Amino acid sequence: MKVYFDHNATTPMHPEVKKEMIEAMEMFGNPSSMHSWGREARANVEDARRKVADFIGANDREIVFVGSGSEANNTVLSLFVCGTSQCIVGSKMRSTIITTRIEHPCVLETSECLAHRGARVKYLDVDRYGKIDLDQLADMLGDDVGLVSVMMANNEIGTLQDIETITKMVHASGSLMHTDAVQAVGKVPVDVRRLGVDFLTISAHKMYGPKGVGALFVKKGIPYCPLIRGGHQELGRRAGTENTLGILGLGKAVEMRTLEMPEEEARMLLLKQTLKNGIEERIDDIHFNGHPTDSLASTLNVSFAGVEGESILLYLDLEGIAVSTGSACASGSLDPSHVLLATGVNAELAHGSIRFSMGRGSTLQEVEYLLDVLPPIIQRIRNMSTAYIKGGLHAASR
Amino acid sequence: MLQAGEWAYSDKLKEHFMNPKNILQGENTDDFDGVGMEGNLQCGDQMMVVIKVDKVNDVITDCQWKTYGCASAIASTSVLSEMVKGMTLDQAFHISPKEVAQELGGLPDHKIHCSVLGDKALRAAINNYYTRNGKEDKVKQEQAKIVCQCMSITDHDIEDAVLEGARSYFELQERTKLGTVCGQCKDEAELLLEKFKHIHFGA
Repeated sequence: MKVYFDHNATTPMHPEVKKEMIEAMEMFGNPSSMHSWGREARANVEDARRKVADFIGANDREIVFVGSGSEANNTVLSLFVCGTSQCIVGSKMRSTIITTRIEHPCVLETSECLAHRGARVKYLDVDRYGKIDLDQLADMLGDDVGLVSVMMANNEIGTLQDIETITKMVHASGSLMHTDAVQAVGKVPVDVRRLGVDFLTISAHKMYGPKGVGALFVKKGIPYCPLIRGGHQELGRRAGTENTLGILGLGKAVEMRTLEMPEEEARMLLLKQTLKNGIEERIDDIHFNGHPTDSLASTLNVSFAGVEGESILLYLDLEGIAVSTGSACASGSLDPSHVLLATGVNAELAHGSIRFSMGRGSTLQEVEYLLDVLPPIIQRIRNMSTAYIKGGLHAASR
Repeated sequence: MLQAGEWAYSDKLKEHFMNPKNILQGENTDDFDGVGMEGNLQCGDQMMVVIKVDKVNDVITDCQWKTYGCASAIASTSVLSEMVKGMTLDQAFHISPKEVAQELGGLPDHKIHCSVLGDKALRAAINNYYTRNGKEDKVKQEQAKIVCQCMSITDHDIEDAVLEGARSYFELQERTKLGTVCGQCKDEAELLLEKFKHIHFGA
């Protein structure tokens, strides 16, 4: 049996998306061209733009197509340190940025880079469930703060933040609000007007669309400066000939999400609850990461005491099951997941964490198969581990 | 270039990961003549190696282990436990991480450090045997000290690199790949670089 439980990493394309893209494969015109080939491509791009805008409650002109979620996040953050007097946008920007300790590396590393270039960056802590502290945010806000960037749903632990409330606080202090909603859009309802945000990041391949395409929502009237310059595409907001096929795929993906999302959450919750209960019943010394309720229905993150995550991942791979881990060994660095460490779990439990992320194709049979295969694997690794003490989790997690 | 369906690891490593040899069963090490432990949970790698010794000939007759770590760490300790059986203590003491990696059919660069702990634990076990048997005079301190844990680069390697021409931290990195993963060893490596430059070249 092959089981793909790594949907937060990427998703398989929806059959309808694939079909539409294959049918459109002959379309090669440049959307900027005025002839019929160009007009055909333009029509498709604008059709997709409307679909994406509708999906998140935005206007067409507020959607900028980009190459990835990372690019969208880089674009937003990079607005905030320019500050040169020649730059209409930059010179008006305040130079402090507030973000969280659990953001995706594309936000954290860009923030670090901006700090080297003169920005002040403040990081919000999170509690044991991965929620930011609104009091700490209130303390940090001030008239020096240009931007607050808080991810809507965390990719590793699934915890959802209350973006609506955060945005109200941010706007009250005169700052702009960005949310990286890459993991949220397509899994939970997202309405930019209700959230109130100024910028919002979307990625196609996390919701059954193609890789290499994302979208950035930029609220009308908000100062903006392109990250990639040199073309009038996307109303001058992102140079480079449009990825027409990818954009068309993104449009189809959100169209399919509109149809399928409403029934999906209950099914995902059932799968997650079954998986969670099963793990709890069959395996000792575990720790669930993430918020128990304010969390993506399809994401379950578990730490197994005394076990290193990469070995779990690879033993599961041998059984045909795909998951991911917060262990350092799997990432090429020596530090385990910054997200888990930020929630206060110790390094051992972070090294021993596994993320199960299910998706539209996941079934109860797959969960049952996983529940059959996983306990003996954990048992086997613990038998050869120097670090496993039965019943020792409580002591270890202190 | 990795082919589809292929692991980042060699077949031999995969075999030792799937079917590790000589795992110590249970917690009891009383039957063994030497016990060594290295690493820590913080870094995600910890290894214990225990040995039985033919005391007449100082030959290792059995070697078992426990490992907390990734696939490379598990396979490294497994293959090491096979390699040392029948070796004299002196031979076993001089096994290098490189030989372990070679025996495994190579390790990806960022996994080299996983093979370091196994032979460190083995040396600790051998020293433990000497201490227990009144042979303190034979206890050998680590001859080379690992400076860069990630890439398994010792002070000896730094000295060699200096002798071969490395004069700056950048050149040292080019030659040894030291400090190219987590970078935590930079300060110590720079001190050693200056020391060896001074010793050998009076610089």
